[in-house]
Amino acid sequence: MPIPDSGRIRPYLATRGRTRPVQDIAIEALVSTTDAGRNHGIDPEPERDRILRLCHAPRSVAEIASLVSTPLGVARVLVADLEAEGLTRVADPHAAFHGSVEPARDLSVLERVRDGLRRL
Amino acid sequence: MASVDSEMSRGTQASQDALSVKIVVAGGFGVGKTTFVGSVSEIEPLRTEALMTDASTNVDDLSMLPEKRTTTVAMDFGRITLAEDLVLYLFGTPGQNRFWFMWDDITRGAIGAVVLVDTRRLADCFGAVDYVEQRGIPFLIALNAFDGVQQHTAEEVREALQLGPEVPFLVTDARDRESVKTVLVTLVEHAMSMVQQQHT
Repeated sequence: MPIPDSGRIRPYLATRGRTRPVQDIAIEALVSTTDAGRNHGIDPEPERDRILRLCHAPRSVAEIASLVSTPLGVARVLVADLEAEGLTRVADPHAAFHGSVEPARDLSVLERVRDGLRRL
Repeated sequence: MASVDSEMSRGTQASQDALSVKIVVAGGFGVGKTTFVGSVSEIEPLRTEALMTDASTNVDDLSMLPEKRTTTVAMDFGRITLAEDLVLYLFGTPGQNRFWFMWDDITRGAIGAVVLVDTRRLADCFGAVDYVEQRGIPFLIALNAFDGVQQHTAEEVREALQLGPEVPFLVTDARDRESVKTVLVTLVEHAMSMVQQQHT
């Protein structure tokens, strides 16, 4: 495989060559830095470090990809790695409701979304 | 860097156990999807990109473009924190309809889809309508009235798209916050009625 000569090489190095996510995290899944992540200090990999700082307030995977300037697939892998190390937690709406009613088809969730939109 | 830093203080006010849900904003290129998202989003719409690698593309097409081995597909999105424990994301689909692989990611688990239509370029929405209809995703048609001008009435468009009376049709102005809110509330209510029908 040819080595890309653009700046894009960085994200791939950061994910150790993996371009597929180890888990299929939803683009709207909310990522938060854990206490361990807050006490982690400066991570040597800039993308990881920025994710840990960004997610002191919960952020979706899509926001992370956008703000850290990596493609979505790379952001997913970075988030999955950080989660595996206990530095972030991922509230994935699909994973959480696996086997029960998915949130988008749960009437009580839909009612809350409707009422929230009306209040805007 | 500066943009990231300025965004640092602008995370959600949501708690760590918050639930996130999403609504898809679909339609042809230039129909006003990002404007629509921006009218209600609490953040400036952000852009995220996905890579379409060689494996998922037609090699014959790319062989003509040796330097373009990877195609980037962009989509814009916004965020609304509805409550401390509930965050709504609005995802615009990529303008170019051929990037269907992105649609699976965007629509998986979505509440539903707003299909934005410019009645001057009706055919631009056909692909989006087919996609959401075939997958049973709750959707409505929102006719974006550019400068208040509409070339076709809602009924003419409904007939052209061959959609039944159960699909809501609205006229909207993507620049107007109240108008966009009405579209979103209508979509959520439509999704609720589809859930209720399945239970009866």
